[in-house]
Amino acid sequence: MDQALKHELRSQGVIATTLEELYNWGRRSSIWPLNFGLACCAIEMIATTMARYDLARFGAEVFRPSPRQADLMIVAGTITKKMAPQVVRLYNQMPEPKYVISMGACAISGGPFKQGYNVLKGIDRYIPVDIYIPGCPPRPEALLEGFMALQRKIDEQALTGAGRARHLNADLPSEFVVPKFGEHDLEPTMNPTVWNPPLVQIGVAPKPAPAVPAAAKPAVPPATGGA
Amino acid sequence: MTLEALADLKIEIEKNVPGAVVEIITNPSVSAQHSLLIDNAHGLAVAMFLRDAPELKLDYCSNVTGIDWPAREMSEKTKVKKMVEGPDGPVEKDVDEVRKWTTPAYLEVVYHLYSMTLGTGPVILRLRTGDRGENVQVPSFFSVWRSCDLQEREVYDLYGMIFEGHPDLRRLLMWDEFTDWPMRRDYVDPDDYEYEPTAHDDVLKRAKVHYPAAAPTEGNA
Repeated sequence: MDQALKHELRSQGVIATTLEELYNWGRRSSIWPLNFGLACCAIEMIATTMARYDLARFGAEVFRPSPRQADLMIVAGTITKKMAPQVVRLYNQMPEPKYVISMGACAISGGPFKQGYNVLKGIDRYIPVDIYIPGCPPRPEALLEGFMALQRKIDEQALTGAGRARHLNADLPSEFVVPKFGEHDLEPTMNPTVWNPPLVQIGVAPKPAPAVPAAAKPAVPPATGGA
Repeated sequence: MTLEALADLKIEIEKNVPGAVVEIITNPSVSAQHSLLIDNAHGLAVAMFLRDAPELKLDYCSNVTGIDWPAREMSEKTKVKKMVEGPDGPVEKDVDEVRKWTTPAYLEVVYHLYSMTLGTGPVILRLRTGDRGENVQVPSFFSVWRSCDLQEREVYDLYGMIFEGHPDLRRLLMWDEFTDWPMRRDYVDPDDYEYEPTAHDDVLKRAKVHYPAAAPTEGNA
């Protein structure tokens, strides 16, 4: 609806809104996180909920011990390959609409353990992530900022149309493949419907095509005789 | 522990545990942590003696770890006098002779022992397996020091030696279906080098293997 008209009505004592705004306001104001943590980032997450930082100001004070009652999964910490299937399974058990915050270097990419044999190189290989919060670990302020970013994201979700939110689109998946323990690694090693490697390969990228086409170079007569 | 004290301990062990073969492994580095190599057959008896002897009382096993020693190609050059066919008949000459040999391959378990009663330690014990393939059995010290329980399981998980006598030898850190031994020198970690934003050195090599040069990667050009 027209924002200018809305403000005009507001000044006249008439509150006008849309169903979409009301619906998103309700959802973003009571995001209940799942009560689980994986490593040191979880300590910062716990600190965020305590009186000094007070995540309850944003309607997220109720950490649910069951995925069935949770809206938000804060992946806080290193995901070992042994733990990854359980994390994906917890996500699958959460009802829509559901969101994921990938908190800290480990949850984003594996962090300092990236080249280890037993650490998953980012939870986004298996489940869709909404907000990434870098840091090792991120401070509570960073988690609050990430949380507010998630709220802004929810505010912008459409209820209808082609770009509507995932939970309103029956064609989009709500559950994702749970990796199995293989003999050498998890199988599959990633879910290509969720994650594809970004095309940034420093030192691996093929050299760009030469600016001058080969045909434009002065023709070199073919070597004859000699060696 | 100084070398002299260790030599005394070696004599003490050999006196009290009949048949035990003990060898002193010196450590030439600054830390000078010399250790005792114990034969597998008498490992348990030696451990029991070290724990119970009133003058030793090594009642605390603080650390168990493993070492992988793959076979290595060694070569040594020596000057040898040899008869060589010269223009005027055989002549004695200095010739370089290269001697090549392969070191034996085995796995090692290392125990760090302390005495809480006497405040002494560490005494470092080593056990060796026969090779790195089939003969990887070593005695478990679970029945001597209970603190060996999880640590021996971890060593089994990462190096693959079998602790005989351990009541619950399962993988600890990796999953049960996993078949590799990640801390062995010849372990090849899985190829998940799809995304390496700051690849360098070994990581760069692995990333290049993951992305063969022939494969076109769109968006990079």
